[in-house]
Amino acid sequence: MGILQHDIALAMKPLTILFENAHLIDPRNNREGRFHLLVVDGKVKAVFEPSEALSVPDDCLRLDLKGKWLVPGLIDMHVHLREPGAEYKETIVSGTRAAAAGGFTAVACMPNTQPVNDSRAVTTLINALAKDAGTRVYPVGCISKGAEGKELAEFGEMRQAGVVAVSDDGLPVADSQLFKRALEYAGNYDLLVISHAEEPSLSRGGCMNDGVISTRLGLRGIPAVAESIMVYRDLALAAYTGRPVHIAHVSTSESVELIRRAKAQGWPVTAETAPHYFTLTEDAVGQYNSNAKMNPPLRAEEDRQAIIKGLADGTLDVIATDHAPHSRLEKDREFDLAANGIIGLETSVPLTLSLVREGIIDPSGFVRLMSTNPARILKVPGGGLEPGSPADLTIIDPDVQYVFTAEKILSKSRNSPFIGMEMTGRAMLTMVGGAVTWNCFEGSELPG
Amino acid sequence: MGIEHTFRHKHILGLENLTEDDISLVIQTAESFREISNRSIKKVPTLRGRTVINLFFEPSTRTKLSFEIAAKRLSADTFSISKSTSSATKGETLVDTALNLEAMKPDIIIIRHSSSGAAQLLAKHLDASIINAGDGTHEHPSQGLLDLMTVKEKKGTIAGLTVAIIGDIAHSRVAHSDIIGFTKMGATVRVSGPATMMPRYLEQLGAQVCLSPREAVKGADVIMALRIQQERQLDPLIPSLREYAAFFGITEDILKLAKPDVIIMHPGPINRGVEMDPALADGSHSVILDQVTNGVAVRMALLYLLAGGD
Ligand SMILES: [Zn+2]
Repeated sequence: MGILQHDIALAMKPLTILFENAHLIDPRNNREGRFHLLVVDGKVKAVFEPSEALSVPDDCLRLDLKGKWLVPGLIDMHVHLREPGAEYKETIVSGTRAAAAGGFTAVACMPNTQPVNDSRAVTTLINALAKDAGTRVYPVGCISKGAEGKELAEFGEMRQAGVVAVSDDGLPVADSQLFKRALEYAGNYDLLVISHAEEPSLSRGGCMNDGVISTRLGLRGIPAVAESIMVYRDLALAAYTGRPVHIAHVSTSESVELIRRAKAQGWPVTAETAPHYFTLTEDAVGQYNSNAKMNPPLRAEEDRQAIIKGLADGTLDVIATDHAPHSRLEKDREFDLAANGIIGLETSVPLTLSLVREGIIDPSGFVRLMSTNPARILKVPGGGLEPGSPADLTIIDPDVQYVFTAEKILSKSRNSPFIGMEMTGRAMLTMVGGAVTWNCFEGSELPG
Repeated sequence: MGIEHTFRHKHILGLENLTEDDISLVIQTAESFREISNRSIKKVPTLRGRTVINLFFEPSTRTKLSFEIAAKRLSADTFSISKSTSSATKGETLVDTALNLEAMKPDIIIIRHSSSGAAQLLAKHLDASIINAGDGTHEHPSQGLLDLMTVKEKKGTIAGLTVAIIGDIAHSRVAHSDIIGFTKMGATVRVSGPATMMPRYLEQLGAQVCLSPREAVKGADVIMALRIQQERQLDPLIPSLREYAAFFGITEDILKLAKPDVIIMHPGPINRGVEMDPALADGSHSVILDQVTNGVAVRMALLYLLAGGD
């Protein structure tokens, strides 16, 4: 079964533009260095060295990037856009505008909406709402009907309507037989199965990492083993069925080690983590700060270090935000009753760039984790800038310094533990199919 | 007061936030208030014109009554509001409720809530002083302070003593405040109970975990038996109360391992025949009723230190 195309009719019109003197980073095409890139008709027309003479169209706009990064459009394969059902937290339009501002050209949205996306009808609705989106939107369908963990959802129908993967994300699939069948049945439709790995009987009632801090705060803990035990089950079932599994939001040292060993044995597994897991630890909960509450929870320092190592050595393939908007109503309340999740689309680039500055990953590693690998794993367009491919690209200033403030957030929700933090690096311009979806170059003639 | 120390706290959220000097000051203040409770007219005008609100989201007779009596003996105007957490979650949020109360300009709000951190949440949003009367499985500072006061009364000192706490440590805010309070004041704290009721990280908080209650009680100056709260558990942690009583209940037999002058404490209410032999609760080692009396005095001291200053 072929890959479905998602030609989102973006409201903005495609430009003919020459990006000059970019520091182009495109690991899939083995390019890193000074290049010009020409965009015509929504596609990458040419990538060439400044010394090469190439005729460009007369009406061509020009933007001298003066060494700023030009990378394949960033792809966030794990976001919650809340629509349909919780539009007061986020809509497909508001969430994807935030995504564009964060440098993303595509997002995969998880199905735990109201109603959940377990059918052709909901997938179709999401695609219709995505017509005005700021990015390409790839819906993820449920593994089980109603995300109830009992029976398989209609993978074929949802695939035809446009889902690229299935997951009951937000909830684990506790029943191992059902998860095994999901891996098998997904094979008929070439769908990726994404696992929210959590053993619910061990995590039940928990609201932060199980440790000294949860003990001190009197909060019921979620032990690291609740994740790793399920990660191992999923890996073992992937090996048993021979079908790929993608482990979402890896948060523990033990999970990283299990995935490393599975990959060494050639098991079909990929995995992602989120910026908060390599940036923060359980210490961020402080005195019941619900903006540091998510599932899986922020872990201990040794886990954070293991995540960083997993990103450095390729055990973890992807950085995804798990963008999870919530209003004050769900967050400004008793910690154990507060909702799980934080927004992440607008902080992912600077937080990941800090790994580059610390020498943990190189710039091409940044592009692999945030664009090339998610495109490959989801089997969607993008991830590289070969001539002829859609002009989905992101221009990044890796050095600009600023404070991340609540007022600047484009998401409808402001549940971020990073508010008030000094950030370095941001997306300056985002382009989807040749149309500018985000632009913060001052004084440029481009729309934005 | 015979002590040169100023109390600089606006709220009483937990013993974790109090220094050794703070705790000594509360106990000394409470000792002077205990005398008032023995008078025939048990009332002083210290907090006349002050408003104290009891906001209880969990059923409680003893703690609420103790705070009410304490406030009345200091001549404060006191009001009690009981809400069930279930009805509160349906309607207005805790923050809404508190902001509504704040509009009535109380000086002190005393809160009990089933969520750990609920008192902190109020302190973050309100101008009034907040006293935590028990939040989830976090802390119960006034209980911890009255336990410290009672031990000091009976033993003369706290530093150097060995305190054994037996029971459901993981789900007990009393145990939590006691562990913090007694270790802060220089005592050694040992805990024991069914291993399913022991948090994994207690030793890092300063308590010694003993699998055998006999080991915990050996040479102890104080034995604190905790109430087994089956109703607070999300799922049962022990097979039966009968088995608990047989293996973890305080008996004459176990008591022989402790110091001869050991005192027995219990935060109440007791499940008679579960946490200890019924005879022990009423016996010569028991100081359970002194705890109740000291509870009023400690709560008077807290109200006074927060609102009686100016
Ligand atoms: Zn998840």
